[in-house]
Amino acid sequence: MSQIGSFALILALALAGYSFFFGLISLWLKGPVAERLGETARRAGVATFGVIFLAALVLVICAFSNDFSIAYIYHHSNRDLPAPYKFATLWSGQEGSLLFWSLLLSAYGFVLRLRYKTDPRLFAYASVVIAAVQIFFLLLLNFAAHPFALMQGALPDDGTGLNPLLQYPEMVIHPPMLYLGYVGFTVPFAFALGALAMRYPGEKWIHITRRWTMVTWGFLTCGIFLGMHWAYSVLGWGGYWGWDPVENASLMPWLTGTAFLHSVMMQEKRGMLKTWNMWLIFSTFMLSIFGTMLTRSGLVSSVHAFAQSSIGDWFVVFLVIIFVVCLGLYLQNHKHLRSEHKLESLISRESSFLFNNLLFLVACFTILWGTLFPKISEWVQGTKVTVGPPFFNRVNIPVALLLLLLTALGPLLAWRRTSWESLKRNFKTPALGALAIGILLVAFGMRPWQDQSYFYSLMAIMLSVMVALTVISEFVRGGRVIAGHTGQGLFPSMLQLTRRNTRRYGGYLVHFGVIVIVIGFAGSAFNQDAEKEMAFGDKLSIGQYTLVCNSYTEDDNPNYGSQWAVMDVFKNGKKLATMTPERRFYKASQQTSTIVANRSTLAEDLYVVYEGQNQDTGRPIIKVHLNPLVMWIWIGVWIVIAGTVVAMIPNEQAVAARVVATARVVRAEPVGAGD
Amino acid sequence: MGKDRSTRGRGTASILPNGGAFGWRSALALRFHTQEELRGFSRKTFSFVLLSIAILTLLGADSGPARVNDLGHRMMCVCGCNQILLECNHVGCSYSDRMRTELVAAVDRGENDDMTLQWFIQKYGTTVIAAPTDKGFNRVAWIVPYLVLVLGIVLTAFIVRAWKSRPLLAHAGVPQPAPSADIDRLREQARRETDL
Repeated sequence: MSQIGSFALILALALAGYSFFFGLISLWLKGPVAERLGETARRAGVATFGVIFLAALVLVICAFSNDFSIAYIYHHSNRDLPAPYKFATLWSGQEGSLLFWSLLLSAYGFVLRLRYKTDPRLFAYASVVIAAVQIFFLLLLNFAAHPFALMQGALPDDGTGLNPLLQYPEMVIHPPMLYLGYVGFTVPFAFALGALAMRYPGEKWIHITRRWTMVTWGFLTCGIFLGMHWAYSVLGWGGYWGWDPVENASLMPWLTGTAFLHSVMMQEKRGMLKTWNMWLIFSTFMLSIFGTMLTRSGLVSSVHAFAQSSIGDWFVVFLVIIFVVCLGLYLQNHKHLRSEHKLESLISRESSFLFNNLLFLVACFTILWGTLFPKISEWVQGTKVTVGPPFFNRVNIPVALLLLLLTALGPLLAWRRTSWESLKRNFKTPALGALAIGILLVAFGMRPWQDQSYFYSLMAIMLSVMVALTVISEFVRGGRVIAGHTGQGLFPSMLQLTRRNTRRYGGYLVHFGVIVIVIGFAGSAFNQDAEKEMAFGDKLSIGQYTLVCNSYTEDDNPNYGSQWAVMDVFKNGKKLATMTPERRFYKASQQTSTIVANRSTLAEDLYVVYEGQNQDTGRPIIKVHLNPLVMWIWIGVWIVIAGTVVAMIPNEQAVAARVVATARVVRAEPVGAGD
Repeated sequence: MGKDRSTRGRGTASILPNGGAFGWRSALALRFHTQEELRGFSRKTFSFVLLSIAILTLLGADSGPARVNDLGHRMMCVCGCNQILLECNHVGCSYSDRMRTELVAAVDRGENDDMTLQWFIQKYGTTVIAAPTDKGFNRVAWIVPYLVLVLGIVLTAFIVRAWKSRPLLAHAGVPQPAPSADIDRLREQARRETDL
């Protein structure tokens, strides 16, 4: 089997090489020969997907058939590993995850190359760029991180198993989502580079890539939050975001991608920020590659990172090549990117997008800076320092609050210019609402002057209320106009309003989801925790809850042995539930893992961890966290996803116009044309 | 009364910029006759704010457990788990249990925060502190993000200013904008008809 996989990888490299070189030549040449050559390059690109899919399939089959002659399978699987995790073996290690990267890229390329009729020449350029990126990953797979490398010496009877932290249902979907996001940014990058190279007239390429970018952004968002939920449920430290370098690596392209999704509107509507958008999408792609490198090169230490290896050098070279190509093409064609309009006022939608982009980029830079500073410090002063959560929270929270303020202001600003009177009139209600909530919270006991985190929390809630009121007022205002014209109720009118301009109102839904998430984050300022060695009948109190240890029990299966505590939970003396925090010992890898028991409500999470037994006393240790408002984070994510989906649906009027146009075309065709 | 109030307003107009405008400046103008009076008020207000901050700070001064909690969240566990000291959840971790005990002991001895952190740096190395210190080259870590933010704001303001005055691109295929009056009229019409 391994030979089939290895052969598939070599064949894929040859096909990607063909697609790149002959695609490039076909763009250079002119005439029917160029067209035919371009078509063969396109087909080679399509075939690449089939061949890489075969390689990935072989690796999965090897995992299911326990083929431990393959080193990768030996290191990341074992006989008793449950089936879903055997499937997840594909992306659980260095070589497999690179193969998965390559597979997803070829899948994106496959779809792109099938839709080439939209704009054959632009798609041909994009296809060449994708083929070039594909070549890099296939070179890595064939020569630096071979997933089908064989074990040396006697064949082992069983594998060392999958990392216990990865044996959790979310880990089956979190990496694919994240990778779909990372890899997906190659598509807008390919279109942008292609458009720059061919001096594409107008903004059509932006329209073509918009949906690609939103799909990619949606996947990356899902991936990031699934990772947070996994960390919250498995790592057992009571939090969901630790500013780990690998978490940071996923956040950076998300930030620049989000900035791009905003600023691209200026290019579409006003023909401005062309150079900026071009570099934003270049940066987003480079940050995706940088993130992939960070996970694998051992450049920074991280709990998530794959084993250290030499492939970091490959990535550095690739990043340099990307930068040089982008810069070269930009210098050659930058005159084509001149703005068509000028900025008319500081108080306008355009300038709000500019400041929005600035804040996103500052946040991104800060994260990059903090992630790399330990290395910089080592180079400069010879000593490594830690840059952990206190640094990132202190520098990023003010930026995030400013962004929230802009989120509240932005929708109230018109394109070109807005009068102060109009801004004041529209902003009055959201501002007063936020102020009222702030006063109410202080009246109910919030003391922002006692602790910086309380202050940030109060500000976050107030600004979130401001954004929510802005979003609601936008829906209500538009809905009322439609209701006035059609006589419908307000809610159906708002629905119709959304269908008419899905992008705008989908975007507002995304904003609404974001503030729900922010409210969830704001709750973390009031987290509490308690830890106790608990024998039978012992009690532990936290907030209004009392936990009583009922019993401890054990279980065993071929994959792992487990111990869990049975805890009765009381609130104000009334029994609420029984919780069973668990600790597992995985036999193949000889490692332990926690499975948190979490009782989640809209108000707070009661998060119970069975930490194990005190080695001196032999008594079990229970740690309890009371985390307010966490559920709002996950609710907010669903709203963000819903908003993204809405924004991707074509506008009702656009669909109607297309139907009319199609009908006209059909009517115009001569009788018998379809025969 | 009405006359008196209006006299005060006129009398202070010269010491306040935009003294005739409505808002807080006008409110202050109604209250003070002279610049000296206003300065005196400012000094008293400033002293009051300082005193309030001092009182609030003293009221909020950390007790022992709160200091342990604060300091414990400013240090890392050095076992290699990359977790904040008080969040390390490895049972039997040879470092975090010992470090927590040492932290409690240091706070009980009455050592201040700097002394406590220095003691940990001496024993476990610089990586024990969860964020760069405010000394030497490490200060750069803190300065750069804020510097970038400030420079970014200045640059954006500069871009906005430059773009406001730059000539439009004029080339074939790109429709030139209609005269401003027409645009405003059309925009108003669109807004009236759709209000979207």
